[in-house]
Amino acid sequence: MKQSTKIWFRQGDPWIWLNAGAVAISVVMVLGLLFMLAVRGLGHFWPHAVMDATYTPPNGQSYRIVGEWVEDERVSAIRLREAGMDIAEEVDSVQRILIKTGNRDISGLDFRWILQARISDIHYPENVMTVERREWGNFYGYLEGLKEKGVSVRVEDIYAELDSRIERVLSLQEKIVQIEKRDIGVINYQLERIRLKERSLEINEKLTASAQAEFQVERAELDAQYQYYKGQLDNLYQEVSRDSLIATSMDGTVSEIRLSNIVKAYRTNNMGILQKLTFYVVQFYGFLTEDPREANTEGGIFPAIFGTVLMVILMSIIVTPFGVVAAIYLREYAKQGWLTKLIRIAVNNLAGVPSIVYGVFGLGFFVYFLGGSIDELFYPEASPSPVFGTPGLLWSSITLALLTLPVVIVATEEGLSRIPKSVREGSLALGATKFETLWKVVLPMSTPAMMTGLILAIARAAGEVAPLMLVGVVKLAPTLPLDGNAPFLHLDRKFMHLGFHIYDVGFQSPNVEAARPLVYATAFLLVAVIALLNITAVLVRNRLRERYRALET
Amino acid sequence: MKNVELAISNTEAEIGKEKQDPNQFSKDLICMKTKDFKLFYGEKQALNGINMSIPKKKVTAFIGPSGCGKSTLLRSFNRMNDLVDSCRTEGEIIYDEKNIFHRSVDVTDLRRRIGMVFQKPNPFPKSIYENVAYGLRIQGIRKKRVIDERVEWALKGAALWDEVKDRLNDNALGMSGGQQQRLVIARTIAVEPEVLLLDEPCSALDPISTLKVEELINDLKEHYTIVIVTHNMQQAARVSDYTAFMYLGNMVEYSDTDSIFTNPGKKQTEDYITGRYG
Repeated sequence: MKQSTKIWFRQGDPWIWLNAGAVAISVVMVLGLLFMLAVRGLGHFWPHAVMDATYTPPNGQSYRIVGEWVEDERVSAIRLREAGMDIAEEVDSVQRILIKTGNRDISGLDFRWILQARISDIHYPENVMTVERREWGNFYGYLEGLKEKGVSVRVEDIYAELDSRIERVLSLQEKIVQIEKRDIGVINYQLERIRLKERSLEINEKLTASAQAEFQVERAELDAQYQYYKGQLDNLYQEVSRDSLIATSMDGTVSEIRLSNIVKAYRTNNMGILQKLTFYVVQFYGFLTEDPREANTEGGIFPAIFGTVLMVILMSIIVTPFGVVAAIYLREYAKQGWLTKLIRIAVNNLAGVPSIVYGVFGLGFFVYFLGGSIDELFYPEASPSPVFGTPGLLWSSITLALLTLPVVIVATEEGLSRIPKSVREGSLALGATKFETLWKVVLPMSTPAMMTGLILAIARAAGEVAPLMLVGVVKLAPTLPLDGNAPFLHLDRKFMHLGFHIYDVGFQSPNVEAARPLVYATAFLLVAVIALLNITAVLVRNRLRERYRALET
Repeated sequence: MKNVELAISNTEAEIGKEKQDPNQFSKDLICMKTKDFKLFYGEKQALNGINMSIPKKKVTAFIGPSGCGKSTLLRSFNRMNDLVDSCRTEGEIIYDEKNIFHRSVDVTDLRRRIGMVFQKPNPFPKSIYENVAYGLRIQGIRKKRVIDERVEWALKGAALWDEVKDRLNDNALGMSGGQQQRLVIARTIAVEPEVLLLDEPCSALDPISTLKVEELINDLKEHYTIVIVTHNMQQAARVSDYTAFMYLGNMVEYSDTDSIFTNPGKKQTEDYITGRYG
């Protein structure tokens, strides 16, 4: 027995178990993380049943309560007693549920924790309706009627009628958005350019009367266009606010909701499983493609996804050539000695500097110094409002490029040093110069290593939030950094970022319960975006590796 | 084919030939000449005043134990030792009436004219075609027709054309070791050098590939001056016209191959080629 244990140890079995255990724990943790994010975040879009029940508060009249059953949990009775609730002595823990009752405009809060024991008579009426509004969150209640210009409409199928009228309003609103954002946006953009041109001439003391007159003409033209669109808008706004619905909420109040204030109205309890699935897909798609609403607690996160991806791409474009060129000099041309050693140590240490420090540096050097100088030199007409002298997309990308530079340099150097001497000699022996050898043989062969550097850089940069808070990210950006106005890519603009969005929704939100699932969903998407960017890079690298595979031997 | 054991038992009289010392050859038969050539790696001297002449369009073999300086000497002919930081030379190597270490010599042009094949096949991770075309492109030849012709000519010259003509665009790294080495030779002759330096070209190859490369060397000496370093004395006996025996950085003996193997002039040489050298 003792002998066999000894053999077991000598063969290294415990060691193998230890190693396998470590791997297993890592895998379980990663999968667990993804699973939790997915369940908590993605579950949010599923249409929950809306219940109608009677609630009896500890001391008072029982009343009706209508809302979504969001989640339930067991809490210890001690905790509730400390919170001042009257719980019987012999009870250890009680079940409580979180109900989303909505109707924030009427009751002031839209989520309630309620002890399960205190609600009774739970049923799920088919006609209870959820109305997603642009303001005040969801409304739960029963549809009573429709009004057109204040006059009640009498129809057979009131729900179908409501759906078609909402459809109409939505298409009108799309038109409004188009006019406001695109057409009037262009006019505003041009007006601003005229103002800047005029100001620039004024500063240079070249503003002649004829030029002024010309500007005046242009302005008048734009103004006429604006008036035209404004007329259209007025019409549309009137059209949009034509209809409204009448509904009773849980406490019996009758409210009128304008259809222009409605995003969606649906009856969850009336849906079949297929309808629910479709609804889920539509909701999730909306989350991916829409702008956020109501202080980021409702609507989608498209600008944040867009900003993250664009910033990472810009960062890659900046960091790769820079890092590769630096690595080439360091490895191929610089005389190896104490100085190169010192530089390598410095570069490696740069990778260990906390990212917020880069943010501070970016703000001080890039934004204020570089950006300020650029403004002074090239945009004096915009003063006092800054163009580049303020946090923005460009400075964020550059700051993160600086942050990830060491990774790219180290990986590229590693790759260069692994190119066999024999291949270099083969090229030189054919009469190639060192530069030709480098350019035609060594660099192509080390592209997989460069890609590895880039992958590590993307992985690090995409998840970075702290420095961005100082150099360009905002809670809500009014416009995307990419649009139809020349020069199309606006590097000076501020942008939204998934990482910051998580922080903002999670910590800065006025509505904690509404924000929580969004934190998970956004986190899940952030992981997905980083994974997607990385997988793309890995695929590219694998193709390159395949081409130069014999190097490994 | 010559047989070393047999050759050693023979006497000079039996062969009936005069011993030939290439160092005594007239000038027009000589391709390269070293004059008291010394080479140092840092403080360590690797070559001690080598004086030798390499005959034109012949195969000259360098033999000797490991570390005797034969590869170093070979790599000096096209200045590959320049790549070693601590390397320093004294004396001259005359090629085309010029000292190749002179400042006015363009080292890339020198290396084009004196091609080199290494111990381990070192094709580039490109297609077979691109490997051979590499040197041509370096020279600035752009015309596809010209490159096509030269690639075919070089591959034929390296006895590889028939094996690869249908897969010129395949990656060279997918070839066998022997094919790779012949590809490297084709790549080298594509730029039409005058001299071929072969640094143990068969040491990484199997016997059949070795045979092919040796046959190729035999064919190539019609057009090129060939200098070959080898560990394999049978190989030196088989392929070379002249053989130099080196020991500890010195040129011990240098004469025609028959004489070296049948009637060595020095005890050291005899010990080495009979395997008594320890």
